[in-house]
Order: sequence, then C-alpha cells, then structure tokens
Amino acid sequence: MNPGSTLLATLMPLPVLLPLLGAGATLVLSRRPTLQRVLSVAVLAAVVVIAALLLVAAVQNGPIVVTVGSWPVPLGITLVADPLSALMLLTSMSVTLAVLVYAIGQGVYDRDEATPITIFHPTYLVLAAGVANAFLSGDLFNLYVGFEVLLMASYVLLTLGGTRSRVRAGVTYVVVNVVSSLVFLVGIALVYAAVGTLNLAQISTRMEAVPPGTALAIHLVLLTAFGIKAAVFPLSAWLPDSYPTAAAPVTAVFAGLLTKVGVYSIIRTETLIFPDSAVTQTLLLVAAGLTMLVGALGAIAQADIKRILSFTLVSHIGYMIFGVALATPLGVAGAVFYVVHHITVQATLFCVVGLVEGVGGSTSVTRLGGLMRASPILAVLWFVPAINLGGIPPLSGFVGKLGLVQAGVADGSALAWVLVAVSVLTSLLTLYAVTKVWVLAFWRPAEQIPVPDEPDPTADQDEDGGDDEQEDGVPAARASSDGGLPGAPAPRTGTLTSVRPGTARTIAGAEGNTGAEVDWPVARTAPADGVPLLSGRLLGAPGDRVSRRLPKVMAGATCALVALGLALTVVAGPLYDVADQAAVDLVARTPYIDAVFAQTVDDRVAR
Amino acid sequence: MTSPIALLALIGVLYTAGVYLILERSLTRVLLGILVLGNATNVLVIVAGGRAGAPPLVGTAPESAMSDALVQALVLTAIVITLGITAFLLALIHRTWTLEREDDLTEDVEDRSVRRRLERGEQADEEELDTTGCENTADTDPDDTEAAPDPAPATVGTGREEPT
Repeated sequence: MNPGSTLLATLMPLPVLLPLLGAGATLVLSRRPTLQRVLSVAVLAAVVVIAALLLVAAVQNGPIVVTVGSWPVPLGITLVADPLSALMLLTSMSVTLAVLVYAIGQGVYDRDEATPITIFHPTYLVLAAGVANAFLSGDLFNLYVGFEVLLMASYVLLTLGGTRSRVRAGVTYVVVNVVSSLVFLVGIALVYAAVGTLNLAQISTRMEAVPPGTALAIHLVLLTAFGIKAAVFPLSAWLPDSYPTAAAPVTAVFAGLLTKVGVYSIIRTETLIFPDSAVTQTLLLVAAGLTMLVGALGAIAQADIKRILSFTLVSHIGYMIFGVALATPLGVAGAVFYVVHHITVQATLFCVVGLVEGVGGSTSVTRLGGLMRASPILAVLWFVPAINLGGIPPLSGFVGKLGLVQAGVADGSALAWVLVAVSVLTSLLTLYAVTKVWVLAFWRPAEQIPVPDEPDPTADQDEDGGDDEQEDGVPAARASSDGGLPGAPAPRTGTLTSVRPGTARTIAGAEGNTGAEVDWPVARTAPADGVPLLSGRLLGAPGDRVSRRLPKVMAGATCALVALGLALTVVAGPLYDVADQAAVDLVARTPYIDAVFAQTVDDRVAR
Repeated sequence: MTSPIALLALIGVLYTAGVYLILERSLTRVLLGILVLGNATNVLVIVAGGRAGAPPLVGTAPESAMSDALVQALVLTAIVITLGITAFLLALIHRTWTLEREDDLTEDVEDRSVRRRLERGEQADEEELDTTGCENTADTDPDDTEAAPDPAPATVGTGREEPT
C-alpha cells in the first residue's frame, strides 16, 4: 500500500466523523455563538476539501474502499468512495457549506439566547454527517443508518421554532419518512433473508442466484422506500406540503440534498444490485414521466414561490429517474450530471426566495412586485438559476437535459421517445413557472400589485379553525373581518388590520418573546446593516415600503451558489467526463465489486 | 430455512393493525400505528435471521447451533431509532395540542387557497395572505388558546368517541 492511499484511507471516514464531532462541540459551545459559527464553517469546509481529494483519487485510481475497524469485508462496515459517491459528496457538501453561511447571515441561530435555536448548528452538522454516511456507505444497513441520521436531523430542522405551520408540516413529513424508513427496513430484512449479507458488493454477486420472482419482490420493496425519499411521482405528495414552511436555509439544504440521497440510493440499487430488470425499468420510465409532468403542472398552479419551487423539485427528480431507468451508460451519466446540476440550482433558488422574502415581505407572487427596481442584484440572482433550471443554453441545466435526451434517443424504444418528448415539455413548463414568478414578482411595477382595499389577514385563520363551509364564499371571508364569525377569535382581527409600519415591530417583538417564529428576526434585525427593516413586511406592502438593501452575508452566500451553478456550466465538459466514467463504472459493476473484495486481502487485517 | 408460522402470523397481524392505525386522522393513533409497524418490522428482521438457536457466544455452543447475532444487532439499532422518533413525534403531538387544542392533523392553508382560487376561476386571490405572513400572525397567538376552549372540547370529544 502506497502512502497516498493510506492517507486517503485515513481521510475516508472523516466526512462522517468530522461533522458528528463538530455537532457535539457546537452543542457544548451553544452559549458562544461566534465560536459555534466558526467551528461549523471550518468543519464543513474541511469536509469539502476531503471530498474533493476523494473525487480526484476515485476518478484517477478507481473506487477507494475502507473497512471500518479493519474487519474483513463482509463482516465490518465498508465505506466506498467510487466516482459517483465522491462526486455526490463534493457537490452536496459544497452546497451545504454555502447554505450554512447563508443561514449564519440570516441569523437563524441566535435571535434569542434563550430559545432552542442554538441547536441549529449541531443539527445541521448531524444532517451533513448523515448525508455523507449515506453517500459513502458500502453496506445496506449502514445506508439505512445514514438515512435515519439525516432524517432525524431534518425533523428537527423542519420544525425549528415549533410554529403552527411548521408543526403541521413536520407531522406529515415525519410520519411519511418514518413509514418509508420502515419499508426500507423491510427491504433490508428481505435482502438478508434472501442472500444472507448486507454488504452491497456481496449482495450484488449473490443476488444473481436468487429466483427472479423473489428478486423482483425485494427490488420493488427497496424502490418503494427510496421512491418515497426521492419523491418520485405517486409517492411525492408529501414534499410540496412540508418543505415550503421551513426556514429558507433549511428548505434550501433539504431541496438540495435530501431527495438526492434517495435518488443516489436508486442509482446504486438499480445499477449495482438489480442491473437487468426489465419490469422495473419500464416502471421507472413511466414513473419518471409522470413525476416530470405532475410536478411541472403543480408548479404552474401555485402562487407561493416556495411551493412553485417545491413542485419543480419534484418535477426534476423525474429527469434523474429517467436517466437511471434507461440503464445505459449514457443514461446513467446524464442522471449523475443532472443530480449535480440540480442539487446546486435548487438550493440556490430556495436561498434566493429567502432573500425575496426579506426584501418583499412575502413569497406569494400575488403580493410581490417591483423587485427588479427595488433590488437589481436580487433580480439577477433569481434570473440566472431560474433559466438554468428551465434549461436555457448554455447553462448546465441545458447540458444535463441534452444528455438525457440524447440517451433517450439512443435507447430508441417507444417509451424512451415518449420520455424524451415529456422531458422537453417539462422543461418548457418549468420555464413557464419560473418566468411567471419573474414577470409577476420582478418585472411588474409595484404600483400594479392589486392591493386589497382592506387587508384581510383573518380569512385563512377563520377557516383554519374549522369553518370549511365558508371556503368558497368571498362574502364570508369579508364578514369575518367586519363583524367576525361566531367562534372566530375576534381580537386578532383588530390587531392585524391595524398594523402599520410603526406597530409592526412591536408585534414582531412580542412574538419573538414567545420563541415562535424563526424567519422574522431576519426582517427585524436586518443583518449586516442593523437597520430595522420591518416596515410593511407583515402585509407585503408594495412601493416605498420595500427595502432595497440585501443582507450582505446572505446575498454573498447566494452569489457563491449562483457562481457555483455557473461554474458547473464552465466545467461542464470535464464534469460530464467524470459523470461518464462514473456511469461506465456503475453499469460495468466490476470496478466497485472488485475494489470491495480486494480489501479482504488487505494486510492490515491479518494482524 | 423453515419459517416459524406463529411469528409470521404475528407479523401479519401487526402490519394489519399498524396500517389501520396509521390511516387514522388522530395523531396519537398514527403514533401507535408507527410503533406497531416498527415492531412488526423488527420481528420480520429477526425472522429473516433464520431459526433461533443457542446464544451467539463463542465457546458456549457449536457455531452451527447458534442464533444469528447480526439480525439482533440490526433490530437493536432499529429499536433505538424508533425510540428517538417516538419521543420526537410525541413532542410534536404535544405541540400540536397546545397550539390547536386538537389531536387531528389540520389542513394545509395554502392547498385550500389554491383550490379556492381555481374554483373562482383563476382570479388572483387577494384574500389570501402568503403562507409565511399569515402563519406568522396566528402562530402562538395568545388569544387563540383563550378563544378556542368553547369549540375545542367538542371536537376532541367526538374525535375520541367516534370509533367506539
């Protein structure tokens, strides 16, 4: 063993270990916010560097395998960094780091010393550890543990602050993900019963001997579990329900990473364990097409930008599944490239929405306008990733879609041609959805925002209390603000309709004392310049009340993400080569399996 | 490998009960459903390890007669994870209770606003506040808990008594 590979073997567990240790340390440092910040950033930066090293090594010398504790291969936990894992790790950790800086700028963590927001940093690092563990795992059960670690962290992050909307979304999210984890565990039990091992490489060699019917059953169970996590169409309804309520950086990192871990698992199982399964390939192609269409149509129907983006997120998962389902090196390469592109662009867009919320006071296109004049930088920050998502040449979204379309055409089957058509159509629909946001929120002059003559913030709340019959009546909603419905909490109406710029701060301050809302301190304290910017935020008032200043750190982090997205375009050639190589390795299977089994004769084991 | 019929039947019963519970609207029942499903899965993993045998301690029994220790380790891990999730879900349910005074899953405001907008024929719906804004006004509003008690006990009562 040469010194270089020993060094790499030492570095391999660090992407999992460092964030976990960092989580413990930041928990201890919860009273020292500055140290906490520095530590988290340092840890994630180190992980990014390690991931880059792993990627270079994996591309040059093939998969790197480390057996934790030097147990011989089928017994111990194996960590494997093949080009796919390393590429995913590098992309996801870069995005995680940028979003962390963004979150620090937003001040999610320390708006009040007494609130539990000090747990933001530890939880965020645990999430990073879980993601890294899932990507590096060479063992099915370790993959499950990685999932659970990142999911536990995500439950906490999603419900930070424990407000009504977040708890509601959190319950859905937790229950759905627990069920998917149970399905995954069932899959693990079935795999173990069938082949007697959980090591991915060993499963893949032994699975060939399993009767096709049994293999198909196991395959479908695992696909269901990963399909829920990746939000593939019939199993995707939970995502647009739960993501939009979370704090902007949380949504950004979720959108970037969590579903992609599911996609990664699908790629891994499809290529490594079940390489030639015509039934599921057809199934996945159909699911991919439906995911694209349903997601894109959902995005068009929504008015809230966070929801629009959640639906485009679902929609574009379809592209990756499309590539995987083709099961050719071309298709898998397209999927791998698309994952990298999509992690970056989707996280960027959610970060931009956080900025839009800060500047415009709302994320609903019906209440936003004039943002381009209010903040040209913000407009650019939205425009570039938005058209990137829509697939306008020469950006990386176009390259990824082109690769997938080429793969589909090369496949040549009727279903593949349908998918090619659907993917082009979805690209147009996505473009329509993001352009709608652009036109309404950015281009439309602020004076043209239809301002309701009397702001009626209780309309939703009253119905929330159970008066579902009132839904379809505008008069009913009106009545609630005028006279009040029976049983509706009247005082709230009075308070809110009388909100003026001056009083808004008091209200927000009072809420801050209850430890309720996490987003609002941003608006209240306006990081980086310290000027209270709350005027008009509660009601999304147009015109002169729109703040023109962007918080510097948040804007800087978003700029970095946009730049990363553009860099993907610039290095698209070499990146696509890496994706190609990863795909060839994946489809051939032997590099992965050989690398894992080569480890059994590792001299460190014979001690 | 022979399959222990009793355990398989148990797994079936547990899955049935778990699926039934998890489809309820009441969050407490959903939590119970998750626990039952989790236990069903744990038993399934144990069954996947094959026939029960001697304790897997080196030297106490011939290796061929030992139980599979791996599945037990897996199940232990799964139990710990389920425990953590249960604690977290209980906290969430408690939080839902303090906020809403009810145990049921509430509806999604934005979903309804979209539906309503479609019913009104695509008009831009100015009655709606954006999600964040409107949630902000209502979350932990102290008036809410004070104004709610009248309708709340009734809702809770029916929620609990319906199935009996």
